[in-house]
Amino acid sequence: MDRHRILIVEDSPTMRQLLSFALKRLRGAEVVEAQDGMDGLRKVTGEEFDLALIDINMPVMDGLKLIHLIRQEPTLAAMPIVVITTEGAQEDRDRALALGANEYLTKPIQANRVLAVAKALLKVE
Amino acid sequence: MSDDLFDRADEFMSLFRRGAEFTKELVDENARLRRRLVEVESRQDEAAQDPGEWSKLRQELLERIRGLEGERTDVLERMRSLEEENLQFATRFVEVEEENNNLANLYVASYQLHSTLNVAEVVKIIIEIVINLVGAQTFAVYVHDEKTGLLEAVASEGEDVAVFPSMLLGEGTLGLAVASGATSSNGEASSRDYSRPIVAIPLRVNDRPIGGIAIFELLVQKDGLSPLDHELFTLLAGHAATAIFAAQLHSQSERKLSTIQGFIDLLTK
Repeated sequence: MDRHRILIVEDSPTMRQLLSFALKRLRGAEVVEAQDGMDGLRKVTGEEFDLALIDINMPVMDGLKLIHLIRQEPTLAAMPIVVITTEGAQEDRDRALALGANEYLTKPIQANRVLAVAKALLKVE
Repeated sequence: MSDDLFDRADEFMSLFRRGAEFTKELVDENARLRRRLVEVESRQDEAAQDPGEWSKLRQELLERIRGLEGERTDVLERMRSLEEENLQFATRFVEVEEENNNLANLYVASYQLHSTLNVAEVVKIIIEIVINLVGAQTFAVYVHDEKTGLLEAVASEGEDVAVFPSMLLGEGTLGLAVASGATSSNGEASSRDYSRPIVAIPLRVNDRPIGGIAIFELLVQKDGLSPLDHELFTLLAGHAATAIFAAQLHSQSERKLSTIQGFIDLLTK
């Protein structure tokens, strides 16, 4: 069974729990949580992950800044990133995708949609 | 609960696998019959040289055809019923998946609401739930002040808390909802009149009014309220009220304990 390490960077404990719940349905998934952008940066540069789910509006460091820093790091350039946010405007979506996000999901999220996106990016059945 | 989700998904996957195995059996049976037909055709070619043998073989073949037609009808019938069953399972699987997702949302909301005994944290969690799980853009959380009888906005999202008016129980959309204990929803997409929310959720513990949640606008990407939203409103009406009430009682008891401790210290010095 393949092992998939997934990082959730989200300041809301409610969302972290819900996302973690959804992703643990993926066989072999190991979910790690970070509570803001800085915590996320520390974890993503210190450990190996196959996928990151990142919120935009967070204290300390926002999600867009985090995506920018991740994409500047050559060893993390290929790691798939999913943005999960309340910002539903097209310009927000375009900005996140231009910075290097692979997918953009708006809240309120559907657990099966998150799971489907994660499976597609991790290339698992 | 996560294990339960896996178990239910596994159960359905097992049903689908059984369906796939049965279909494979049917394909194998079809291949066997085709081989049998080739054999019979070969015998037919050999018998064509002798008229007596030919008549016997013809009779045999007619019987065999009748048998095969019967088998084919049975197989087609079984295939049809299996396809119908598979379709029912697939539909049920989608329904169960949706139900599981909804239950996960409700479980997380309830778990988070009861994860603290601090009033400010409970209010923060209510805000998180209304933003992230319901998808509201502008809303306020009200708490009932037993001394003044007023419902007062204590936290908000989308606008400063000061813009949301206070009200008496039974007054305005939220006041009426809190007084009656019934959630009200007017079906509109948004409201700029902060005394007329599009959704008013009463927070009550039995007959005691605790507060309310007034929603004025949904997130731009949200089309309207879903059945899950209404379930979340019901959950908030009960669990958020209980969580706030428990946190208030805890805070009061902490204060009283501290006062009593002060007295004891004074008397024993």
